[in-house]
Amino acid sequence: MDFVAPKIALSGIAPEIALAATALLVLLADAFIGDRPRTLRPEHGSARPGSGILGNRWHLPLLSLIGFGAAVYLALDAWDRVDATGATTQFSGMIAVDGFSVFVKITLAVFGALTILLGHEYLVRRDLEEGEFFALVLFSVAGMMLMASSADLIVTFLALETFSIALYVLVGYQRSRLDGQEAAMKYFLLGAFSSTFFLLGIALVFGATGSTNLYGEGGITSFLATTPAADLSLLVLGAGLLIVGLGFKVAAVPFHMWTPDAYQGAPSPVTGFMAAGSKLAGFAALLRLLDVVLFPLRWDWRPLVIGIAVVTMIVGSILAVVQDDIKRMLAYSSIAHAGFVFTAVIATNDRGISGALFYLATYGLTIVGAFAIVAVLGGPEERRTRVNDFRGLFAAHPLLAGILTLLMLSLAGVPITSGFVAKLVVFGAAVEAGYTWVVVVGAIASAIAAFFYLRILVVMYMVDAEVAEEPKAVMGPLSIGVIGLSAAATLVLGLFWSPLIELAEKATFFAGP
Amino acid sequence: MPITYLLILSSMLFSIGVYGVLARQNAVLILLSIELMLNAVNINLVAFSAMFGAEGVAGQVFALFIIAVAAAEVGVGLAIVILIFRNRSNVDVDEMSLMKW
Repeated sequence: MDFVAPKIALSGIAPEIALAATALLVLLADAFIGDRPRTLRPEHGSARPGSGILGNRWHLPLLSLIGFGAAVYLALDAWDRVDATGATTQFSGMIAVDGFSVFVKITLAVFGALTILLGHEYLVRRDLEEGEFFALVLFSVAGMMLMASSADLIVTFLALETFSIALYVLVGYQRSRLDGQEAAMKYFLLGAFSSTFFLLGIALVFGATGSTNLYGEGGITSFLATTPAADLSLLVLGAGLLIVGLGFKVAAVPFHMWTPDAYQGAPSPVTGFMAAGSKLAGFAALLRLLDVVLFPLRWDWRPLVIGIAVVTMIVGSILAVVQDDIKRMLAYSSIAHAGFVFTAVIATNDRGISGALFYLATYGLTIVGAFAIVAVLGGPEERRTRVNDFRGLFAAHPLLAGILTLLMLSLAGVPITSGFVAKLVVFGAAVEAGYTWVVVVGAIASAIAAFFYLRILVVMYMVDAEVAEEPKAVMGPLSIGVIGLSAAATLVLGLFWSPLIELAEKATFFAGP
Repeated sequence: MPITYLLILSSMLFSIGVYGVLARQNAVLILLSIELMLNAVNINLVAFSAMFGAEGVAGQVFALFIIAVAAAEVGVGLAIVILIFRNRSNVDVDEMSLMKW
């Protein structure tokens, strides 16, 4: 009997394969060439002599970076193919190969590469194991990428769990820190709890439509096209639960309880990665699900999402004002930013989708830089992260203070920064769709939010006689590079935004049924 | 057997799980309650799968995926529980209050 090999096209998940393979290689290489701390010594925080930042521990980060480079290359290759032949699906309709997924994948690879660079320096300074860190970052980026290209709810769930489980471990990576352990515990319990709601949502959608596939024959899209609206109540209920599950991952109110604790307890490079990456991955799935697949149901889900958007913007901004810890403050600010992106989701037009992608890309680049600065100023156990610890930063490190100013202004949405352009795009999309009142609420929330960004700036520039301890930045070439890159991206994208927006507009082509 | 029975069973299991997560203080018991919720979803999926017959085989496949992923999740979860137990010699979530607000 002849064996006929099935024709399998891999280009749809080639970037994910590259990352997963690199992660396995890193783990393997770590066993042979990794420079591991042989014994657990009490004096954490002092790098051993002879193991400098770029000393003999450069193999694994280099390998990881090559993995990210390969992922970007393969994603660009897929983009060319999409340009030539149009969006398609692969693996029997399980994987969507379209401009949207490719744009998200390239952005995620950039976030991951920056995290590797920051993490390397962070871990070497604290004398922590590196191999697992890089592997976990690679695995979680692979999961996030899969999230963007999944065309089946089973794949969405697997992707969600892949990146979530890796992030649970990364949050508690610095095992000696009590608050890190606590953060990992809270993030894990609430994350697993929310995953079950997401799963129940999928089960109900499956019960309503008889399929978990988004586009394929007999899938949800064709089901919606052929079924009268009166028979859809179970599907609407399932969609609501899906929004709950994904709303947790993007830290939307009222599913935001884990965010401040996890952000505070996690090592700062991981926090920046979570803020940038898991938000982008969650919104990628939300955009595909709500704005494309469930578009015919928009009158049913939109009230819920509008409610989430409004509450998220207001609560995030107000609670950020009362925070003393800068990581918690940035956590609440990230919640508010999730609300701003939701205004683009409810617009359900192409400008909304491209605007959300632009917003998440620029926000990610800015927030990674901001948490890099927190990391270099925090000290070995990140105890110096209170707002008052930034007192006199301008006097001690004028350039660092200047860059932090730029990043904070971008998060606040001040002109000539990328944050301003991003807010303009998402608010513009919502106005175009006729949701001006949501935008007004968003503008009020931005005004409240500006208050706490300015509070950091005031503290930083204040020349105060009673500075208890001057802020001391401990940074090597990698941190300086990442911070500089983040600042440059924030400024350049604030002045010359059109190339990235044009790319994001190309990313609004979705695979169809 | 009408599918309603199975759905009622699954809803009850899910609700018991939600109650357990919200009411228990011990992290291991919360983890168990989450497993209960996952199994409720599995029952739901298999019931729907049986309802759709041969075309609904995706539901059974999905249940297998959920079982596998749940095992991975519990692995990480118990590791975190052990880490905390070593430092505090209990795993009471009410005492995890280093960070608030």
